[in-house]
Amino acid sequence: MNIKRLSACALLALGMGTAMTAQAHRAWMLPSATVLSGENTWVTVDGAVSNSLFYFEHFPLRLKQLEVLSPTGAAVETQNMAEGRYRSVFDVELKEEGTYTLQIHRQGAFARYTLEGESKRWSGPVDKVSEIPSQASDVKVSEIDSRMQVFVTKGAPTDETFKPSGQGIELVPVTHPNDLVTGEPVHFKFLVDGQPAQGLPLVLIRDGIRYRDQVGEIELTTDAEGAVEVTFTEPGMYWVEAELEQPSQKIEGAPRRLSYSATLEVLPL
Amino acid sequence: MQWKPITAALLLSASTGQVVADEFRVQVEIPALQVAEYHRPYVAIWIETDKGRHQQDLALWYDLELADNEGTKWLKDLRQWWRRSGRQLEFPVDGLSGATRPVGTHAVSLAADAPQLAQLPAGQYRLVVEAVREVGGRELIRLPFQWPITTVQQQQAQGKHELGRVALALTP
Repeated sequence: MNIKRLSACALLALGMGTAMTAQAHRAWMLPSATVLSGENTWVTVDGAVSNSLFYFEHFPLRLKQLEVLSPTGAAVETQNMAEGRYRSVFDVELKEEGTYTLQIHRQGAFARYTLEGESKRWSGPVDKVSEIPSQASDVKVSEIDSRMQVFVTKGAPTDETFKPSGQGIELVPVTHPNDLVTGEPVHFKFLVDGQPAQGLPLVLIRDGIRYRDQVGEIELTTDAEGAVEVTFTEPGMYWVEAELEQPSQKIEGAPRRLSYSATLEVLPL
Repeated sequence: MQWKPITAALLLSASTGQVVADEFRVQVEIPALQVAEYHRPYVAIWIETDKGRHQQDLALWYDLELADNEGTKWLKDLRQWWRRSGRQLEFPVDGLSGATRPVGTHAVSLAADAPQLAQLPAGQYRLVVEAVREVGGRELIRLPFQWPITTVQQQQAQGKHELGRVALALTP
C-alpha cells in the first residue's frame, strides 16, 4: 500500500527495471507462452514493475538492456517494442527450434547522496563512481548485479543458452525450466559468480495474487551444492527471486547487491 | 450505502482514542510478521447487519500522509469494505481516516451515543475488521453483537495472517 517514493523516483531517474532497496517492487517479464510448437511461432512479452504478480500497476519495465538469445546463442532482434504507462511489451519470433533466453542483466553501481541539501541518485559503471561530486554527503554506494530471465522453447528444450558466465547469480537447469509440471519434483542449481550458491534463499510466487487472500510464497534455501528441489502442486506462472548481499570487491567499503529473478511456467500434467 | 455524512465536527468528537465513555470498544491487534518486506496493513472497521448490509464505518487506517493522496490507490484492496462503502466516499474522510498502525493492539472506542452508533436501529449486527498488507495478504474477521447494549457483550477472534486478536466489548 505504502508506495516507496524513493525507489519509485530512483526507477524513474535511472530508467532501471528494478529498485535497489531491500523494499523493492517486483520487476518481471511475462511471456505469452513458454512451450510452443509449429510454424510461424511468436511470443509476446509484457514487462512491468509492480507489487502484485502479474499485474500492471506501477511502472513499465525499462527494456534498454534486454537481450534475447536464440537456442544456438545468436542475438535475436525483438519486434514491436513499446512502453506504456504501466507496462512494456515486445515480440520475439522463434525461428529456431529449441530454448530461447530473454534476459536483462545489469551490472554497475548505484549511489544515493546529499548535495546542497537535496538527496540525489546516481548510477553508472563501477569505474565511474568518482563522478559522484566530492562535496556530496551521506554517500551510500552499492555495487549491483541483477539478472532477470525468461525462457521459451519451440519444440524440444535445449541447454545451449545455459552456459554459466560466472558473473552474478545464475540458474543451472537440472530440470529444464520449460519442462515444469505439477506433481513432478523440479531440481535447480544456483551459482554465485560461477560457484555453487550455498544457502541462497529463494522465493517462488504464483500468479493471480489478486484472486486469493494469501500470497502463499514458497520459500526455499539452496543446499551446499547450490541445489534446490520443489514439487509444484498448482500450475501457473511463477515468479522466482533470489537476493544476496556481500562486500564489494570493486568499491571499497560498499556492499554488492546481487539478485536473480525469473518467470517460470508450470503446466498441469 | 449506509454511510451517513455526518459533520466532521461530530465525528471528530468521537474519533478514536480520545473518547470520554467507551461503551463500544474494539481492539485490533496488528501482529508482528517475519517477512522480508513488511508494510503496515491497511485496516477498515465497520458495522454490518447480520445479513451483511453495511451500516456504518468506524475506522479506516491507511497511508493518508502521502502526497497527492497516493495512499488511496490501494484502498480498493480492502475488497469487501471498498465494495460496501469505500468506493462511495471521498478521501480523506474526516473522523474516519487515520494513519496506518504499527505492530501492537489498537483500540477504537465509542460512546453508545456517538454519531456512528446513535442511529443504529435495534437488532443483530456484526463488527467487521478487514486488513490488507502491501506485498502481503488479506484477512477479514467478523464479530456478532446485539444493539442496543443491554448486557455486557464480549466477542473475540484470533486472526491467522494479517490480524492478531480482534475483540469487541460492549458495556451498558
